[in-house]
Amino acid sequence: MARLQFIGVGKRYGDFTAVDDLSLDVADGEFVVLLGPSGCGKTTTLRIVAGFVEPTSGSVRLGGRDITALPPWKRNAGLVFQSYALFPHMTVAENIAFGLEMRKVPKADLAPRIAEALRLVRLDHFGDRLPRQLSGGQQQRVALARALVFHPDVLLLDEPLSNLDAKLRQDVRVEIRELQRKLGLTTVMVTHDQEEALTMADRLVVMSEGRIRQIGTQQDLYEQPAEKFVADFVGRSSFIDGRMDGPGRFVSAGGLVVACEGGASGQASLALRPERLALVSSAGPAMDNSFPGMVEFISYLGAQVDLHVRLSPLERVIVQIQNRPEQPLPAIGSQVHVGWGKSTGRVFPS
Amino acid sequence: MGVGAKMTSSRFAGRMALRTAAGLSLAYILLPIVFVIWLAFFAQEIPSFPPEGYSLKWFRAIPDDDRFVAGFLLSLQVAVLATSIGLALGMPAAVCLARGRFAGREALNSLLLMPLIVPGIVLGIALYVFHVEIEIATELPILGSFAGLITAHVLIAIPWTVRLITASLVGMDRVVEEAAQSLGANRLTTFRRVTLPAILPGIVAAALFGFIASFGNLEMSLFLVGPGRTTLPIAILQYLEWKIDPTIAAVSVLQILFIGGVMLLTDRFVKIGRVV
Repeated sequence: MARLQFIGVGKRYGDFTAVDDLSLDVADGEFVVLLGPSGCGKTTTLRIVAGFVEPTSGSVRLGGRDITALPPWKRNAGLVFQSYALFPHMTVAENIAFGLEMRKVPKADLAPRIAEALRLVRLDHFGDRLPRQLSGGQQQRVALARALVFHPDVLLLDEPLSNLDAKLRQDVRVEIRELQRKLGLTTVMVTHDQEEALTMADRLVVMSEGRIRQIGTQQDLYEQPAEKFVADFVGRSSFIDGRMDGPGRFVSAGGLVVACEGGASGQASLALRPERLALVSSAGPAMDNSFPGMVEFISYLGAQVDLHVRLSPLERVIVQIQNRPEQPLPAIGSQVHVGWGKSTGRVFPS
Repeated sequence: MGVGAKMTSSRFAGRMALRTAAGLSLAYILLPIVFVIWLAFFAQEIPSFPPEGYSLKWFRAIPDDDRFVAGFLLSLQVAVLATSIGLALGMPAAVCLARGRFAGREALNSLLLMPLIVPGIVLGIALYVFHVEIEIATELPILGSFAGLITAHVLIAIPWTVRLITASLVGMDRVVEEAAQSLGANRLTTFRRVTLPAILPGIVAAALFGFIASFGNLEMSLFLVGPGRTTLPIAILQYLEWKIDPTIAAVSVLQILFIGGVMLLTDRFVKIGRVV
């Protein structure tokens, strides 16, 4: 395992910039997730590490060695593809053996190492099967074993869970993460699924339009999003457009005067996390902000309930409340008061 | 209930119509073959209905007829050689066409399919004139030579090899090639260990169709064979000029059996139905 460094990496296709001046340092044994919508450059970045895309600027270092100009087969990177990409004409054992054969591992050592890799992904007795005889989840684990068996310097995961059904996905997430910890693998995963990213990563890299928007832990991104895009993409936010009208005073387009933190001035957006908003009664303790509104839509999610509340003709927010028997749910069309503290809203200049 | 019954009966009628149409089409295709096979067993010399009796004598006579035996052997040689060379040339061409991105790719693709589009007679005449010109220019004995015949047959094998192998390459999942490279295989090893097995059905199909196209070719070969060198289709044609006895039918039956046998044999190892 080794440290992976991106130093000012860029990739242009004619006028289109797929990756723009990307610098990132992945520590030895760290699990970093590149998160972003499709077309944000995350897959291109991963393919640059794998060697399938040659960057037009910058360099990539793996374990201190510059690998920018190396072909894929000389990089010692374990790659797991979205479609698994198992060799259909080879058995599971032959698939796993492939990377070892390419490294001229003596024949006598193959069997124990294949067995070890299969045990690692809990497919001990599947060595003689063909890929098409396995379920999607099993194929995925074979792909993982194949990428791990030759002790790669870095493990690259390209949306590895997107072809699995929802239940299995949660199990495999935990499985991959535990394996990664146990083996101390430097890992880069690409995904557009924020829940997947949040549950698996040591550190997340949010990308859009070829650029890194923010790097940080789950908590950093959630509590201190650096820009509106991050606040929108990681977790959920209701946005209210308006402007800063003096320090700590935000006036929405619909005329709401909101107490908030921050002293910027000019056009801005206020981001509100649904679970940080509350329904307040006029009799309760006063909050920094409290506005009357009408419930227009209700999403019943079981443990939680989302209320879509209109605060003014131009503004609607989502309020997520816990579903408790002692608190009766408001009906659609009923009047409520929505309250939040002044540190809840985050202001982004727009 | 009434509505359901009506639906069922109209669906039944539809299915019957489909089956009748399919059956008629199949009969139309198979009937000539059935007649040829039937005819091969007629006892009388002039084919007429109803048969005066049945006999195997036409089959028995074939091995004694040098023209058919020599024709068969020559056709076999030519077809095997032409197919092999066609594959050797067609495979790299297919890789370029399927994977390369270069100007004139479409034009090249069309060019390589040309022998399939140009009528055989035209191709034969063109090659004949070409051979004459080359022979005059170089004084090499090309006209009517074995090599001349082979090169011509390579020409009709190439469209099949290029087309079918290109289709296989385009149809295969390229990610497995990247997987092989990420595991440490260079381009050549990747092709040998991953690409080749994946397109094997296409290659076998290409070989088979190239072989059949060459083996059965008459129009082009007519212009290119030399004295004492006749392929099986030409031998059949020449025989027909003098006689119309069921010998020809018997030879045709053997030829059908031979080609059918080759197809069945290859299908046992590679499911060509998946490719073509």
